[in-house]
Amino acid sequence: MTFHAFLIKYAEIAIKGNNRKYFEDALVKQIRWHLKRVEGEFSVYKTQGRIYVDAAGDYDTDEVIEELQHVFGILWICPVVRVEDRGFRALSEDVVRYMDETYPDNKLSFKVESRRTRKDFELNSQEMNVELGHDILQAFPEMRVDVHKPDVMLRVEVREDYINIYSQEIRGQGGMPLGTSGKAMLLLSGGIDSPVAGYMISRRGVFIDAVYFHAPPYTSDRAKQKVVDLAKIISRYTGPVRLHVVNFTDIQLAIYEKCPHDELTIIMRRYMMKIAEHFAKETECDALVTGESIGQVASQTMQSLLCTNSVCTLPVYRPLIAFDKNDIVAISEKIGAFETSILPYEDCCTIFVAKHPVTKPRLSVIEKSEENLKDVIDDLMARAIESVEVILCQA
Amino acid sequence: MEIYLDNSATTRVDPEVLALMKTVMDEDYGNAASLHKKGVEAEKYVRRAKEQIAETLKCAPQNIYFTSGGTESNNWAIRSAAEAYQRSGKHLITSSVEHPSVKNTMKYLSEQGYDATWLPVDSEGLVSVEDVKNALRPDTILVSVMQVNNEIGAVEPIAEIGEMLHREKPDVLFHVDAIQSYGKYRINPKRMHIDLLSVSGHKLHGPKGVGFLYVSDRVKLRPLLYGGGQQKGMRSGTENVPGEAGLGLAAEKMYRNLDENTAGLYELKARLCSGLQQIEGTRINGKKDKSSAPHIISCSFSGVRSEVLLHALEDRGIYVSSGSACASSHPSEISTLLSIGLTKEEQEGTIRFSLSIHTKEAEIDETLQALQEILPVLRRYQRR
Repeated sequence: MTFHAFLIKYAEIAIKGNNRKYFEDALVKQIRWHLKRVEGEFSVYKTQGRIYVDAAGDYDTDEVIEELQHVFGILWICPVVRVEDRGFRALSEDVVRYMDETYPDNKLSFKVESRRTRKDFELNSQEMNVELGHDILQAFPEMRVDVHKPDVMLRVEVREDYINIYSQEIRGQGGMPLGTSGKAMLLLSGGIDSPVAGYMISRRGVFIDAVYFHAPPYTSDRAKQKVVDLAKIISRYTGPVRLHVVNFTDIQLAIYEKCPHDELTIIMRRYMMKIAEHFAKETECDALVTGESIGQVASQTMQSLLCTNSVCTLPVYRPLIAFDKNDIVAISEKIGAFETSILPYEDCCTIFVAKHPVTKPRLSVIEKSEENLKDVIDDLMARAIESVEVILCQA
Repeated sequence: MEIYLDNSATTRVDPEVLALMKTVMDEDYGNAASLHKKGVEAEKYVRRAKEQIAETLKCAPQNIYFTSGGTESNNWAIRSAAEAYQRSGKHLITSSVEHPSVKNTMKYLSEQGYDATWLPVDSEGLVSVEDVKNALRPDTILVSVMQVNNEIGAVEPIAEIGEMLHREKPDVLFHVDAIQSYGKYRINPKRMHIDLLSVSGHKLHGPKGVGFLYVSDRVKLRPLLYGGGQQKGMRSGTENVPGEAGLGLAAEKMYRNLDENTAGLYELKARLCSGLQQIEGTRINGKKDKSSAPHIISCSFSGVRSEVLLHALEDRGIYVSSGSACASSHPSEISTLLSIGLTKEEQEGTIRFSLSIHTKEAEIDETLQALQEILPVLRRYQRR
């Protein structure tokens, strides 16, 4: 079956009142940006409270749908067959052919819902529903009409220049169009969680930039490349990610030398948050994002989170906070990050990790330990910030 | 500055080899199977390369089959021998320190109803001829042992194993993985009673993606790849003319000055070994004298992880390889380092230095100097 257009149904945009146009325009822009990747000619436009993608040229329906499934803000994608208006008889034949090709086993219940924008069509909507239903039943005696819970909701729209026929709805990403909610700074490691966290926040219309801490020679260039690859993977959804790569070795070694070993990870994460916040503010982000989940590791207990959280003035969003690991893995697999995330390169959170790290750190104790660093830390922080390398990651 | 001490991983292509390959790709680019002049010209390169290689092994050019490299040669030799001789039996003998391309082929065959015996090695990585002899059974069809081990440079008693097999059970085929040894040792397969010998081009300053398999006259070979019938139908696929020409020349050049080159490598090796022994907390794995390979030195450093040391050396432009650690206990999966009895910590702190004929004394000294400087720093920040 050849589909000529795709009707885009969006989720919460519809309820945004006066802001509706702003959200719709953002969605149109995002759809256009995504479809640049797909072979074919596409025109994306708004009409009468709907967004359509008209397709022409050498395009493949599955490729178009697959790409549209990467666009935040789309709830449903409806592939549309578009026919010329040659009167009702011709339309009826087209509709019967559509039903035959779309549902070849023919044993379904259906309901016809017609609409007219061209009011001088020979039948009105109600008459069309009845007549088309009759013709379908005639052609496929095994089908039946069910106006309450049909298997197939067949929609026929008579417009000014053509008629749309569609019935399938393919689930999109949901969420909100990118660019409608500002930008956030993601703390991206090479693990499973942080790419998922970035994806989830971005799904609410938020652009994402990222910070990665590497610790040469303890972490390798391949570990860094892995993080670049992960940023590229999420950029299929989030749009281009500016990845800030910060050299964290000296800070880490200073903590190792001067602070209690079982507090190393907590203290390290506090400085990571401070540096991430520095870049967040510098690039006009409104929040930090992490992949933390309560109790997953020692540095993610409630008490540990309290300690890391207290260094920030920006809000820290943790979309995975109440997720189990297997649920996070499922999302990671769905967005195509999992295989890359599990590549075995050491990241800088694990190189000096204590055998028995504190699990219930007290903020006052941690702050006291950090006083051991007071002679060197400002200088080390400044140098770490200066070491930044910004890599534009785009799939 | 760049000090490349990872020549067992791969080598830099010799400039003359590169020039020859460029000519082949640029001017004499014909398909060696074409009937016209372009094809005949290309075929000449292939013929010449086989002659050059045959000269180094004292065999006939017909005994040489080109492949895509060491992995294919090992796969082909073992699978082909196993298949062709399965009527005589299904027992295979190999060592526990072989390269994965041998180990995993053996493992595959074990799953296909063959029975593989994995011989142990001593603390210096050596297989004993006696063990090979004792492992022989009436249904043994193939023995596969490498000549030089890629992880620690142990030199296996290939000639002795060949001699013993010839005496005790001449029907058994003998395969030798010579990927780390060809170009370093004189190999005469006929006299050493070797039936199948695998070689890779890029370990001897030749190109990647090409290698060969020596096949003795008595072996009934079977193809691994089916196709257009090139190389007497035994290895189909358009001849990799530039690669084969490059490999031929690289081989010729390696054997032209073999004794001189080997002597030079042993001097460098001795220099590196004595320098390493002066550093605290080091242990050189395997033998250090001339009974070990001239170009491979495996050294365990206490209190550091090899990957970190590797990257710290890399930071100074020095390129080495880390010894591999593996938790598995199946003989097809354990590393040479575990086989010779290294502890987990020793394995994790092992670096392999591998030299080439282009390595200079000053580079060895500079590497030792770098280690002297780096190690105390890294050891200060051990994982607690």
